[in-house]
Amino acid sequence: MDKIKTEHLYFYYGRKQALWDINIAIPERHITALIGPSGCGKSTFLRCLNRMNDTIPRTRAEGKVLLDGQDIYSPDTNVVELRRRVGMVFQRPNPFPASVFDNVAFGPRVLGLYSRAELADVVEESLRSAGLWDEVKDNLGQDALSLSLGQQQRLCIARVVAVKPEVILMDEPCSALDPIATLKIEDLMRALSTEYTIVIVTHNMQQAARASDFTAFMLSDAERTGQLIEFGPTADVFTRPRDKRTEDYITGRFG
Amino acid sequence: MRRAFDEDLQELQNQMLELGSMVGEALARSVDALKRQDMQASREVIRNDMKINEKRFAIEADCLRLIATQQPMARDLRSIAAVLEIITDLERCADYAAGIAKITLMIGKEPFIKPLIDIPRMLEKDLSMLDRALKAFVDRDVDAARRIAAEDDDVDALYDQINNELLAFMLQDPRTVRQATRLLWVAHNLERFADRVTNICERVVFTVTGEMREMNIQEPEEEPQ
Repeated sequence: MDKIKTEHLYFYYGRKQALWDINIAIPERHITALIGPSGCGKSTFLRCLNRMNDTIPRTRAEGKVLLDGQDIYSPDTNVVELRRRVGMVFQRPNPFPASVFDNVAFGPRVLGLYSRAELADVVEESLRSAGLWDEVKDNLGQDALSLSLGQQQRLCIARVVAVKPEVILMDEPCSALDPIATLKIEDLMRALSTEYTIVIVTHNMQQAARASDFTAFMLSDAERTGQLIEFGPTADVFTRPRDKRTEDYITGRFG
Repeated sequence: MRRAFDEDLQELQNQMLELGSMVGEALARSVDALKRQDMQASREVIRNDMKINEKRFAIEADCLRLIATQQPMARDLRSIAAVLEIITDLERCADYAAGIAKITLMIGKEPFIKPLIDIPRMLEKDLSMLDRALKAFVDRDVDAARRIAAEDDDVDALYDQINNELLAFMLQDPRTVRQATRLLWVAHNLERFADRVTNICERVVFTVTGEMREMNIQEPEEEPQ
């Protein structure tokens, strides 16, 4: 079952073309990794999936991005609701300078949940899903910024999970983390993928190989920036890629 | 890019080729010792099998080191996986050579019941297939690998021929049964050797295409009328 489907998706920053005719079907409740060299358009593509690029002036998307069959670029899309359904975790953990509890409760409060008891339930459930509960349960009032970077990133994941999204986008979520914290996030992704559709951009090919079910390889050439070269089950892409360009990239013989 | 890793892969392949030539030489010596009924040379083949085993373990260790330290992907991963398989087949091939040497020791100086004609032919075929299979791996030559694997039928045909001939001897004169059976084991070892070479050919195809497919599917033999 496809959760997200793009049809002839092109993207432009001003006159600069950044994605070229992307057609992809992202399976529901699986982890899809986007890999490719810098400038291949993978982050741009990720940010198209919840219209995060709208915040950048003079950008333009052409084509369709279908979430459960509905085009998220159609004029009647409620973008705030879209971003609740399609949450995002960034490269650097970005907790608010507030308590652990308030960080996780932020989204539910914005959505109108005020009951202290219900909020406490949501916060606990979200922190548990993010694998952070046992580490913070004794001091939910502590400043989120006092946590380690790995904990902060899991807090950000808890903050996304708290608004009950359907898709979680992750833009290099481990690039600021040490190897142990990285493996914790990867385990967490695996656990979350039973409930959520996860799309992750990573520079770390080993991470894509370890942690994803499907892999998309993107590349730019002289004429066309941001092409999707190959998409398939991760095990196939890393053992017998179909395209020579994928092969060259994943074996480290690119360029 | 990745020059050091490419050199490591090249070296791995060289080591595998060296093992291959040790194995080919062991087989040639074992059959030569049989022909000349040379017990000393046969014992040498058996002793030498230890060196082949050690070499195989050394290459296996290199493969594991490269996997652990270089995280190979795609064709690199397939090459290393193929080398792991091929050295196992080569090591088993060497066991066939040692097996023939042991049979020679059993036969001892007892005069042959017949001149050895087809056994040296099988040997030649085996050695030629082994050489070319390893070359096909180096050249990543799928067509050559397929052709070589098909030649296993010729070895099987020689084996059947030897089998029939020795059976005839045994039926005619039961005193030949003991030696004839031993010569049949020799032929069997040579026949299995070619099967292992076919496995190497399968690994060539796998390395290039990523496809794992049995190349030498044996038809179940028909029931005798």
